[in-house]
Amino acid sequence: MKIDHSLPLEYSTDQNKLNILGFWIFLGAEIMLFGTLFASYFTLVDRTGTGPTGAEIFEIAPVLIETILLLTSSFIIGLGIHAMRIGNKKAMMIFFGITLLLGAGFLGFEIYEFVHYVHVGAGLQTSAFTAILLTTLGTHGAHVTFGLIWGIFILLQIKKRGLTPETANKSFIFSLYWHFLDVVWIFIFSFVYLKGMM
Amino acid sequence: MDFFSRFAVPHPSPAIYASMVAIGLTVIAVIAGLTYFKKWGYLWREWLTTVDHKRIGIMYLISALIMLFRGGADAIMMRAQLAVPENKLLDAQHYNEIFSTHGVVMIIFMAMPFIMALMNFVVPLQIGARDVAFPRLNALSFWLFFAGAMLLNISFVVGGSPDAGWTSYFPLAGNEFSESVGTNYYMFALQISGLGTLMTGINMITTILKMRAPGMTMMKMPMFTWSSLVANIIIVFAFPVLTVALLMGTMDRLFATNFFTTSNGGMDMLWANLFWVWGHPEVYILILPAFGIYSEIISTFSKRNLYGYKSMVGSMVIISLLSFLVWTHHFFTMGQGALTNSIFSITTMAIAVPTGVKIFNWLFTLWKGKIVITTPMLYSILFLPTFTIGGVTGVMLAMSAADYQYHNTMFLVAHFHMVIIPGVVFAMLAGLTYYWPKMFGFMLNEKIGKIAAWVISISTLVAFMPMFFSGLDGQARRMYTYSESTGFGIWNMISFIGAFGMAIGFALIVYNIYYSTRYASRDIGSDPWDARSLEWATHNPVPEYNFAIIPQVESSEGLWDAKKKGHVLFKGDYEKIHMPNNSGVPFIMGAIFFAWGFSFVFGLWIPGILTTIGIFVCMALRSFEKDHGRYISVKEIEETETKMRGAK
Repeated sequence: MKIDHSLPLEYSTDQNKLNILGFWIFLGAEIMLFGTLFASYFTLVDRTGTGPTGAEIFEIAPVLIETILLLTSSFIIGLGIHAMRIGNKKAMMIFFGITLLLGAGFLGFEIYEFVHYVHVGAGLQTSAFTAILLTTLGTHGAHVTFGLIWGIFILLQIKKRGLTPETANKSFIFSLYWHFLDVVWIFIFSFVYLKGMM
Repeated sequence: MDFFSRFAVPHPSPAIYASMVAIGLTVIAVIAGLTYFKKWGYLWREWLTTVDHKRIGIMYLISALIMLFRGGADAIMMRAQLAVPENKLLDAQHYNEIFSTHGVVMIIFMAMPFIMALMNFVVPLQIGARDVAFPRLNALSFWLFFAGAMLLNISFVVGGSPDAGWTSYFPLAGNEFSESVGTNYYMFALQISGLGTLMTGINMITTILKMRAPGMTMMKMPMFTWSSLVANIIIVFAFPVLTVALLMGTMDRLFATNFFTTSNGGMDMLWANLFWVWGHPEVYILILPAFGIYSEIISTFSKRNLYGYKSMVGSMVIISLLSFLVWTHHFFTMGQGALTNSIFSITTMAIAVPTGVKIFNWLFTLWKGKIVITTPMLYSILFLPTFTIGGVTGVMLAMSAADYQYHNTMFLVAHFHMVIIPGVVFAMLAGLTYYWPKMFGFMLNEKIGKIAAWVISISTLVAFMPMFFSGLDGQARRMYTYSESTGFGIWNMISFIGAFGMAIGFALIVYNIYYSTRYASRDIGSDPWDARSLEWATHNPVPEYNFAIIPQVESSEGLWDAKKKGHVLFKGDYEKIHMPNNSGVPFIMGAIFFAWGFSFVFGLWIPGILTTIGIFVCMALRSFEKDHGRYISVKEIEETETKMRGAK
């Protein structure tokens, strides 16, 4: 593999450039996935059957904490990529580690939130609204969970192999994924929770 | 006992028992054959673990042909059942299962792999690349498709086939009305193969955008590559919608959620909308590459460049946009009101415009050309009038008010078969014949090929033209029998004869493959058709690395200009070539995905969880793997090239 040293490490080989473009296209598909979930959510949001409405079950406190945790983690991973660009492996690993911890915190609060919903009688089978609510949030949560495992693998690889064109490429792609999850969450926060509580 | 009764077919019949025996014997024969000829190692090393886009293309092709015969057997049974009034060959439940699986198999597991076969095989060659952007992912795509296909096919003998139509409309497809696990199979088979298709989409777009030979700008790409690019962009935007719809349908069936039920707020129309938001673009995913194939063939055998290159590209882009704006025409009668119907009626009719542009471009290419009638060309010429009949009846269906008459009748069935068979199937058979020498190094027999082309196209007309009449007369689709007084008998008998004729045509193609494998000359050079684009600039069959030297092109017809204007395609000396290593992981992941799907179909939670973990373990192993591929040395390239040239 030819390495072009004039470019950042993550772009430095032909395969790396292909990987990044391919991942952007994948994110296009992910936008369609979440777009479809949102469209279904808005179709079903008032179809509550005998179950509760969003305004009755949403709690602002855990949602705000989740939002702060995820937004911060997205900022921190940006710092991590900056550290990677200037070749500071240790700082990069610390920033990535903090990102993952914040992500785990987000997930913890989301699990609490789900338990709360089931507790107040808004389970998966209650109504079309609760089903699409839990599916939309759950799909995002599953992406975060997947991201946590993925991130741990990347940290292990960087620890073992250092910052190579390959590991840098993986880390950069992971950061794109993480930012994307953040963007999806902003939509969930605005159009599911805020709109639902108004 | 309860455990085993879940796997039993709910509506067994002699046909199913006979099929079980046939499947069992075939499996034993294949295993015994492989063992006897000691081919297990060869199979594993050269095929199952391959990441070579050409071999993956050939595996797609074989799968597509097998599925063509599976779907064809369903079709023959349906036509036989309807051939005479009040026939007792099949009962209502079997008829439901057969039309459901016929639709799924033909669209998802025959037409899709057929276009994937040609895309995989041809696109990297046409753009002068060594492979696709992500060879491993490509292998995984194939094995996911294959796992999905096998999952749907075993439904026939384990647990029962899907019986709610290929559209699987809820609430019919819900637990209430569709009690067997058939629809679970549908959900998981489509989900798994859909994942594979999405990955192919990403892979192909990246390949086409980034790996073109020097000098090949976007507007110098051959037309098949353009059509593949557009089709793959549609894939990336359409398939996630199906993913979500299937996820919701699966949850309704397995976890008793209320997405598509008619109680607790569920909305059955949501399924119809989501399904067709994917389903309508899907038909353009199939037809655009087929159009690309026709463009290549018509230009090659008219001995001139394609008329209106830019308008061809433009119309494909317009078709791709419109394809997302027409889905409601699949349910004009389901009550969304006059305004909505009108809008979708107009967008649907609008698609006829760019399609018409393409038809005229082909006619103009033929008009000024020196036409050579070969088998692929014969299919292309037969396609033009036949497809136009299908297209024009499509515009008839697009009139939403008139659709209240046609809806759910045989008229519709006739329309989409008259579009898809000449549009997609003829194109794929033409492409198969055209690229056969590139794939295998010998040509298919022209005489048998032309007879098959005539038999298939005449039979298509015989099979489907009567349905326009019986449909307008009111014969509903999906109806398993009818009384004599309706007068549908004669039309259906003609249809049956046509279907039988098509079966003979396809059997002729199989015979042609057998005959040509035995008797055809292996001494055909690299360019037997006197073609125009880059894929014919390398040897037959293509060496592993495609091109010993990456070609440099100045137009969309690189090879033609090299032949006629003396452009030099290959400049410079051999250099060592970097190639990816083979890998068993994609095949193993495909197998695990199959087991994963099977477990969830039957709600076997423990194997379900274990296989889920297995999938993630495979991904983790892949992530940690250090695999930098290998190099083919200059000496090896020289040896291969000398040997290949000697074969001329």
